[in-house]
Amino acid sequence: MSDAERDTLAAPPAADQAPAEAVPNELTPPASAAGTAARSALLLGTFTLIFTALMALTFEATREPIRASVEARRLELIAQVLPQGDYDNALLTDVVQLPALPALGIAGPVMLHRARRGAEPVALVFEAQAPDGYSGAIRLLIALRADGTLGGVRVVAHKETPGLGDYIDPAKDRATPKWIAQFVGRDTAQAANWTVRKDGGDFAYMTGATISPRAVVRATGRAVAAITPAREALFGLPTGASAGEVFK
Amino acid sequence: MNLEERTAYGDIGRKGLWENNTALVQLLGLCPLLAVSNTLVNAVSLALATVLVMALASGAVAALRTLIPYEIRIPVFILIIAALVTCLDLAFNAWLHELYLVLGIFIPLIVTNCIVLARVEAFAAKNSPLAAAWDGAAMGVGLLWVLALLGGSRELIGAGTLFSGIDMIIPGAQALMLLGDDYHGLLIAILPPGAFILLGLLIAARNAWVARAAAARPAAPHAPVDTASA
Repeated sequence: MSDAERDTLAAPPAADQAPAEAVPNELTPPASAAGTAARSALLLGTFTLIFTALMALTFEATREPIRASVEARRLELIAQVLPQGDYDNALLTDVVQLPALPALGIAGPVMLHRARRGAEPVALVFEAQAPDGYSGAIRLLIALRADGTLGGVRVVAHKETPGLGDYIDPAKDRATPKWIAQFVGRDTAQAANWTVRKDGGDFAYMTGATISPRAVVRATGRAVAAITPAREALFGLPTGASAGEVFK
Repeated sequence: MNLEERTAYGDIGRKGLWENNTALVQLLGLCPLLAVSNTLVNAVSLALATVLVMALASGAVAALRTLIPYEIRIPVFILIIAALVTCLDLAFNAWLHELYLVLGIFIPLIVTNCIVLARVEAFAAKNSPLAAAWDGAAMGVGLLWVLALLGGSRELIGAGTLFSGIDMIIPGAQALMLLGDDYHGLLIAILPPGAFILLGLLIAARNAWVARAAAARPAAPHAPVDTASA
C-alpha cells in the first residue's frame, strides 16, 4: 500500500487503532482543523461538480430518446382503444383542454385528443378516473367515436388485487374474449346508467370480484355521458384551446 | 495473473455467490428487492441493474480512493453511487421504457440499497479497482440468483407462469404457461407475505446445507465449501 493511500482512505479500520478523528494518522502532517475542513470542502465540491457534469451529460444524451419513448408509449396505448389506421392526423398535437369535470373524476384539467380522417371527425380520446376501485383509484383511457358509440376502454393504472380484481386490465385477464372488450361498439345514449349485471345493468363481471368492474363500468358511463353531448362542439374548437365554455 | 491472485479472485467470487451471500447471509437491501420479486422478469431486471451499479460504483470508488479524504468518504461514496444510479435510471427510461414503467421507483431506490454502500465501504475503499469491481459484481450476482429463484418461485406458485412480461425486454416473446390455463394461482405467493415466507425457506435451506456440509467433514472445518476454484 502506498503512503498516499494510507493518507486517505485506508486510515484506521484495525481494531487496536483509535478512530481517525481522535488520533491523526502519523503520516499526515499535523494540519489545523480549519485547513482540514477547507481541504475536505474543496474536494467534496470538486467531486460534486464532476458527477453533476456526468449526470447532466447523460440527461442531455437521453432527453430525445425519452421523449420519443413517452410519445410512442402514448400512441401505443391509444391504439388499444382506437386502431391507428382509423385516423390520419397528428393525434398527440390535435388536443383541447377539458376543464376539471366531476364526471371525469380527475382533479385538474384533462387533455382530450381528437382523431380525424381528412376533415372528418373520427373519435375523441381522453382519460377518466374511477375513484372507487377496491384499492384506490383506477385510471382509464376512453375512445368515444364521433357517431356516439364507444371505441374502447383501457385501464391505464390501477392497484386492484393481483389475480382477483385485476382482470379489468386486459394484460392480466385470462378470459377470452377479454372482459374489457364488452365496451367496444356500445351505444352511449344510456351511458349515465351503465353498471354491472349484479346491480341491474348489462355489463358482465366475474363472481367474487365485483368492486373493480363496477367502478370501471360506472366511471366510464359517467365520463362518456358527460362528453357525448359535447362531441361536435369539441371537434370544432381550435387546437390547444380550453373547452371550459363548452361545459358551462 | 499469478496463482495467488487467482486464488484471491476466486475467493471474492465464492464469498459473493455463496459464503457471504447478500440476500441469504448478510440479509442486506431486501426492501426494494422483495417488492419486485413477484415475477422472474422483474426480479432479474432489477438485480441486473443492481449488479451493474455495484460493479461500477465499487470500481469507481476504488479508482478514486486515494483522492477521497477519510473524513468525508461516506458523502463522496453516496455521491458516486447516486450519480451512477441516476445515469442508469435515465438510460432505462430512454431505451427500456416498458421495463422502466414497471420497475419505476425501484431503480432510484438502488441508491438506498445498503449492500451497495456496504461493499463500497468494506471492500472497494481498500482494494484495487479491478478487484473492487469484481467484488461488486460477485456480490450482485449472488443477489441475482437468489432473486431469480425467489421471483421464479413466486411467479410459478402465484400465477402458474414463468417469464411473464418478457415482451417488455424482447418484443414478441411469450410467457410460459407452466401450470395450464385453469390454474387459478395461489395469491399469497405474489403478495408481500409470500416474499418473506419464501425467502425464509431459502435461508433455512441454505443453513441446512451448510450445517450438513460441516458435519460431513469434521476433520477439515476450514475447507472451502465445494468449490474447485480455490
